[in-house]
Amino acid sequence: MPYEPVIGLEVHAQLLTETKIFCSCSTQFGAEPNSHTCPVCMGMPGVLPVLNRKVVEYTMKMALATHCRINEACNFARKNYFYPDLPKGYQISQYAQPLSEHGYVDIELDGGKKRIGITRIHMEEDAGKLLHDEHLPSSYVDLNRTGVPLIEIVSEPDMRSTDEAVAYLKRLHEILVYLEICDGNMEEGSFRCDANVSLRPRGEMMFGTRTELKNMNSFRNVQRALDYEIKRQQCILESGQDVIQETRLWDDSKGETQSMRGKEEAHDYRYFPDPDLVPIVIDNAWTEEMKKSLPELPLEKRERFIRDYQIPPYDAGVLTSSRALAGYFEEVARLSGKPKIASNWVMGDVLRFLNEEKRDIKECPVLPGSLAEMIQLIEDGTISGKMAKDIIVEMYRTGKSPQAVIEEKGMIQITDEGTLEKTVAEVIAANPTQLAQYRGGKEKLFGYFVGQVMKATQGKANPQLINELLKEMLAKE
Amino acid sequence: MKIDKGVVEYVAHLGRLALEPNEVELYTSQLNRILEYMDSLNTLDTEGVESTSHAVPVTCVLREDLAKDSFSVEESILNAPEKIGSSFKVPPIIEVEE
Repeated sequence: MPYEPVIGLEVHAQLLTETKIFCSCSTQFGAEPNSHTCPVCMGMPGVLPVLNRKVVEYTMKMALATHCRINEACNFARKNYFYPDLPKGYQISQYAQPLSEHGYVDIELDGGKKRIGITRIHMEEDAGKLLHDEHLPSSYVDLNRTGVPLIEIVSEPDMRSTDEAVAYLKRLHEILVYLEICDGNMEEGSFRCDANVSLRPRGEMMFGTRTELKNMNSFRNVQRALDYEIKRQQCILESGQDVIQETRLWDDSKGETQSMRGKEEAHDYRYFPDPDLVPIVIDNAWTEEMKKSLPELPLEKRERFIRDYQIPPYDAGVLTSSRALAGYFEEVARLSGKPKIASNWVMGDVLRFLNEEKRDIKECPVLPGSLAEMIQLIEDGTISGKMAKDIIVEMYRTGKSPQAVIEEKGMIQITDEGTLEKTVAEVIAANPTQLAQYRGGKEKLFGYFVGQVMKATQGKANPQLINELLKEMLAKE
Repeated sequence: MKIDKGVVEYVAHLGRLALEPNEVELYTSQLNRILEYMDSLNTLDTEGVESTSHAVPVTCVLREDLAKDSFSVEESILNAPEKIGSSFKVPPIIEVEE
């Protein structure tokens, strides 16, 4: 029987604030354990948490970017459970009244676009970090992460394949990074994903029993874990057994999901409104202010690039993969006035150099102005495209302007007819055999002569001029 | 009777409290008396009063995103029964079934 997977994702994104959600401790990653803690985030009795304004505003931005409705009023709730990474014995989250609900994002697939519903986006605090020592019968607790602001983005169970789930995840990731509210680092845990997966016979309306997958810290692991889990459930169903509703952890090294022992029965969170935190009321003026602060989002930018610059969708996709890269390209396009050519140089040479060294576009030694200048030098015939390929290597290596590189290397293109005529005549004279063959009808040898002239001029000759001169002089008896 | 011994045992388990049988008995009757007392609130007329989670009519208490000094590590882990370096030490946490 053919089965259809049903997938919903819960994404936790750490917000890029300076301080924690309810206290003024720093959120900086990688500090000495417990050096960013205070009575509030350690859950000492008698303290009063005070909400960070930026957390609300960042959450509003994400809500607006994903077409969610922002609730006029929302509040915080306590989610009660015991775990050593949670010093208060409860996590402050949002429950009955989240900040926003009922949104969506569109994902692009081979077969076209698909809309994935977003159930809700709410604010909450992160828990601390547990470190396990394999050699000692104990765990360590570091509370620096306790109270770091998170948003949880809950999707509708709208995805029907691993590819759709990964596309949705990448879309959310891209938006968060574009909004500059999350650094999106999956390995450091600033962007985390849990998945709910179930299978049902194709055509069936009811959902099957689901499992919840955790511990997938890369897009690739999400893909592998979902693929594995779908197969696992299919085997169970095909053998006539029932899937057990449970939480399963992805084991990257073993390449399988494993059951988490009996955590289920203990889950009775007894949510109730947190009496320490007053409700948040969001008026239209505030929402409008946030709307105005939104940057152009990746999908809109992509469509504009295709339309305004006349570049292929693939190129537009690459160039808009980050806001900085898109900005770089637009600067080169504007300054050079040649968007298509600018796109080729950015996509080809610049990105290749950067990728080889795993550097970000923000660190690119070739400034947009320099690249635009180089494009203009090709356009006005000062240098050939072939020379530019060498020049840009130098520009990248030294950070110098194309003019400076050209002067240093003496790379000005030979466009003077008199000089070039002399070289062409010399080349023809030096190759009597090829000349005879060419005149005897072997026209392919034309390329040979071009190559010889290029060699004699160290690649500096204007290719068009070589062609014209060669045609003319080879024809002469 | 609002709650029975079963509820008290369940709540005690959620709160990680180890209760003796006589304590379960005692708390069952005490908690019932508290809950019955709360019933007196039901005699109030709340017609037309909107439900709320807070008694004080204050909203949107926010602070700016400015970092201040945290506790020193020494102060933070001062009360820890056991520590390793600057971390709290706890019994091993094992989650996965082998």
